Amino acid sequence: MSSVGNEYPQSKVETPKRSEWPLWEVFIRGQHGMNHRHVGSLHAVDAEMAIKNARDVYTRRNEGVSIWVVEAHHIAASSPSDKGPFYEPAESKIYRHPTFFDIPDDVGAM
Amino acid sequence: MAHDPDLFEFLCRMGDNTLVLGHRVSEWCGFAPVLEEDIALANIALDLIGQTRMWLGLADEVEGAGRSADDLAMLRDVWDFRNVLLVEQPNGDFGQTMMRQFLFDAWHLRMLEALTTSTNTRIAEIAAKAVKEVSYHVERSSGTVIGLGDGTVESHSRMQAALDLLWPYVGELFSTDKVDVAMTQAGIAPDPASLRAGFDAYVGGVLAEAMLTIPDGDFAHKGGKTGFRHSEHLGHMLTQMQWLQRAYPGSSW
Repeated sequence: MSSVGNEYPQSKVETPKRSEWPLWEVFIRGQHGMNHRHVGSLHAVDAEMAIKNARDVYTRRNEGVSIWVVEAHHIAASSPSDKGPFYEPAESKIYRHPTFFDIPDDVGAM
Repeated sequence: MAHDPDLFEFLCRMGDNTLVLGHRVSEWCGFAPVLEEDIALANIALDLIGQTRMWLGLADEVEGAGRSADDLAMLRDVWDFRNVLLVEQPNGDFGQTMMRQFLFDAWHLRMLEALTTSTNTRIAEIAAKAVKEVSYHVERSSGTVIGLGDGTVESHSRMQAALDLLWPYVGELFSTDKVDVAMTQAGIAPDPASLRAGFDAYVGGVLAEAMLTIPDGDFAHKGGKTGFRHSEHLGHMLTQMQWLQRAYPGSSW
């Protein structure tokens, strides 16, 4: 590492306060996947850079064939404190699962 | 394969370019300014080392002297290396590393594209595999050069300083000697000079978008690809890269 950072005199320009790049959430569709799955997050200045960074950080082992990125602040999330009213009413309604009838073979993947 | 000294020389040039630049880029591992760049640089370094294995592996077959790709990489000393001077230049700051990468990538992509139609099918196959990796390298380094060149006052001044420092190393990429003439006549590789117009058009476009000015003059440092005279930096780099084989000759794992 001896060669890094020793080439230039210190710049006279005043250093601006270091600010983090925006956070992006990354979704990748795998080789045989039907849909995109959330795989993690990263920082980037814009969408194009986020896609490139996602390619480098999350598809190194041939994980994906398609990448979506979305800036984290665009995601609206449910509140953990709403857990009871939000999800518990569905627990007792097992008849909503499509397990009480046969699906014809030619329907394909559900 | 019959021993052809010119072909061996040509393959060493291709392999040494990717070996030396791959090692230089790997020096950033764990030190890059942000995590995402750190991983991206490591990926690029690994792509280049992978290409080195193919070029020097074929060089071994052509030479027929039983020197494997590892032997060629780790047991030769400075004067036997055939990389261009550009790739052995120190990393400097991040901007200087990216400018060096951009200038090399822009040449590398055009060279590999031409080699995909080589009369030597082994070379054409290596080029076809490498060209996909390098298409991404040039896309990434171009984007970074534009982002930093047309960025802040600080980043712009550093990128211009990097361009001023590295531009005199561009000319060597397009210089022609008897090895190149032999390769061109055999239809194995393009005349390096024939790649210049495409390089200038592409690089000129990116640098204009990056608000950077190409220095005047066409002076070119030379002596790397012919092995006549490397810069002082390569020897220092090899002491790191070849440390293990120098300290413990013949060790393997």
